Amino acid sequence: MLKNFADYVVFTLIGLVPGSRGGEALDFFIYDTLKIFLLLTTIIYIVAIIRTSFPPEKTKRVLSHKREYVGNILAALLGIVTPFCSCSAVPLFIGFVESGVPLGVTFSFLISSPMVNEVALIMLWGLFGWKIALIYIGTGLVVAIVAGIIIGKLKMEKYVQDYVWKMQVGNAEIVPLTFREKLSYALEYTRELLKKIWPYVVVGVGLGAFIHGYVPQDFLARWAGPDNPFAVPIAVALGVPLYSNAAGVIPIVHALMEKGMAIGTVLAFMMAVTALSLPEAIILKNVLKNRLLAVFFGILTFAIVCVGYLFNAIL
Amino acid sequence: MKIEILGTGCAKCKTLYENTRAAVQEKGIEAEIVKVEDIPSIMKHGVISTPALVVDGQVKFSGKVASIAEIIGML
Repeated sequence: MLKNFADYVVFTLIGLVPGSRGGEALDFFIYDTLKIFLLLTTIIYIVAIIRTSFPPEKTKRVLSHKREYVGNILAALLGIVTPFCSCSAVPLFIGFVESGVPLGVTFSFLISSPMVNEVALIMLWGLFGWKIALIYIGTGLVVAIVAGIIIGKLKMEKYVQDYVWKMQVGNAEIVPLTFREKLSYALEYTRELLKKIWPYVVVGVGLGAFIHGYVPQDFLARWAGPDNPFAVPIAVALGVPLYSNAAGVIPIVHALMEKGMAIGTVLAFMMAVTALSLPEAIILKNVLKNRLLAVFFGILTFAIVCVGYLFNAIL
Repeated sequence: MKIEILGTGCAKCKTLYENTRAAVQEKGIEAEIVKVEDIPSIMKHGVISTPALVVDGQVKFSGKVASIAEIIGML
């Protein structure tokens, strides 16, 4: 239906020729923008309602004193539904470790929460299809669980800033929201998020449409295809400064995949965009000593690169 | 009445502060509004997601920006 609408606008109303480069690019742009905004609005709203039932304070209680493995798996899963903003990473981290959430379990949460987020999933689903979105969720969870377990095994508690262990943490009795409050919160959340990401989506889809229409087929196959061993690490390095722009990056990556970028490289790049971020590293420096910070980002980067090679080899 | 806005100075915290000020003004009550930005004070309230609103020592909500109307209802 959306496709018919886009076709009608471009080829009938504007009168561009079907099959022409400009016509196809504009058709692609209108169709993708409509589809993505429709998906974003409905799914962000639904996810926001679900999230109101999982405040971080509750997640903290569930994870406190959990053993490793079970704790890591639970933490990675709760990371999907617990609302998290890197701006409150410091109080969240202190609250978690102070209430007895093991360090490795805390890291599983800190990795999964930004990486497996609804915006990235909607964009992947809308543009790449549900299979790729599911692979992304699955591998994202595995990366979060494994990296958390490794950090737990390394026993790095002494590389948490000393003041964290001395902090006095109160117990907030937070009044649960009524259903009506949940709905109004979700509406407000959706509005705020869309307001923030819409320019990125439009620019991203626009650039994607341009690549789709004008860049020659197989343009990238030679240097971003499965045969180039450097493609994955380079994609990961490029993903770091693009933090939090998943909404704008995914449409571009989608178009690049059509031109020959390999799927493992695409996944690794996406994970780097969502999970590896300089601002978050700076924020976490408040609670982690350099050694643990380096170990955290080192393990995470390594895991993401492995994901890239793995999927380039098997898909 | 003492109202505290807990948050480490992110954009959302500023919005919550502005909304709270507007709510107090609209309701026409006497209230002291303070921004609490240091981590130990935030942690003392047991809040782990910011921004949060504390009225007379009681945490009303955390991890979201409430609208002016919502805040009026809580004062």
